[in-house]
Amino acid sequence: MERLDDSTLNLLRLSDCLCADDEPDPGIRKQVFKNPVKFMRQSWWKIICVILLVYTVIGGFLFSVPAREILHETIRNLYFHVCMWFGMMILFTASLVYSIKYLRSQKMQYDIYAVNFAKTGVLFGILGYATGIVWASYTWTEYASSTQIFTEPKLLGAAIALLVYFAYFVLRGSITDIDKKAKISAVYAIFAYVMLFPSIWVLPRLLESLHPGKEGNPALKFDDLDGRLRTVFYPAIVGWTLLGVWITSFKIRLDLLKDKSIL
Amino acid sequence: MRKIFPFIFFLLCLFSLAGYAQVSDVQRKYTAYDMRSNGKIYVVVLVVLIILIGLILYLIRIDRRISRMEKASGK
Repeated sequence: MERLDDSTLNLLRLSDCLCADDEPDPGIRKQVFKNPVKFMRQSWWKIICVILLVYTVIGGFLFSVPAREILHETIRNLYFHVCMWFGMMILFTASLVYSIKYLRSQKMQYDIYAVNFAKTGVLFGILGYATGIVWASYTWTEYASSTQIFTEPKLLGAAIALLVYFAYFVLRGSITDIDKKAKISAVYAIFAYVMLFPSIWVLPRLLESLHPGKEGNPALKFDDLDGRLRTVFYPAIVGWTLLGVWITSFKIRLDLLKDKSIL
Repeated sequence: MRKIFPFIFFLLCLFSLAGYAQVSDVQRKYTAYDMRSNGKIYVVVLVVLIILIGLILYLIRIDRRISRMEKASGK
């Protein structure tokens, strides 16, 4: 009985969260962290997202890029392929934050946020992988052997990271009790995020790799990347990530509505 | 609306940065310079922009629909 009461209470809190409307404007930081539902309904960050993406496409195709051997014009993939991975990492970080918030507060809506951020993150990861396959097949094959490509640590590491997140959804799907599902999957999400460190950020940089950006922080170090690339690349990261957040916000809002109707 | 103007200004600054591009021999050798000079790259940009804007309009429609659903269930 106690448990049932708890979950009913959570759903009640959730409906409070949905209905909270006419409060004084507490500033962006507080809006995002204290009342994410309100933030998701606002349009200013969606407008920024659209402007940045249009700028990314125009700048990404038309602006001058540095001339490089092997890469030639494919260097423009930096604005698309790499941004998918950056978006994935940021969305997974959001998932981690909400998993921890769930464990601290036991509020059901944080579980909904965490799982939906992880879902969109996996989508971005798959898109990054698919675009990477195309890019590599037109550049690496010019000078690398197929063994080198198949044992490429960056590819294997990314595959492991994505599989760890696939297991997250398998785990969620296999538990029927709502509270237990939320609690166990929140703990697992923390472990899954920690697995990103060795599989994406550490091991591929220690081993022999075909993938560029092995030394130091790829793309973020200021003397590493040509200035012309940076003028499009940084806005592109923000634009694509905001697009991911936008899609996630649909899924979160739908899930919140669905759980409200159960109540 | 006032919050957005600094961002638009920032973007315009970025656009103006593209103006000083110079063409070297290396640039001609490794990048598709001819495609740019005969103007066909703009076709690709246009096609991608149409797809992007179509997708965004679709997202806006979904957003509106969910907002309507939230309003309906709030009452």
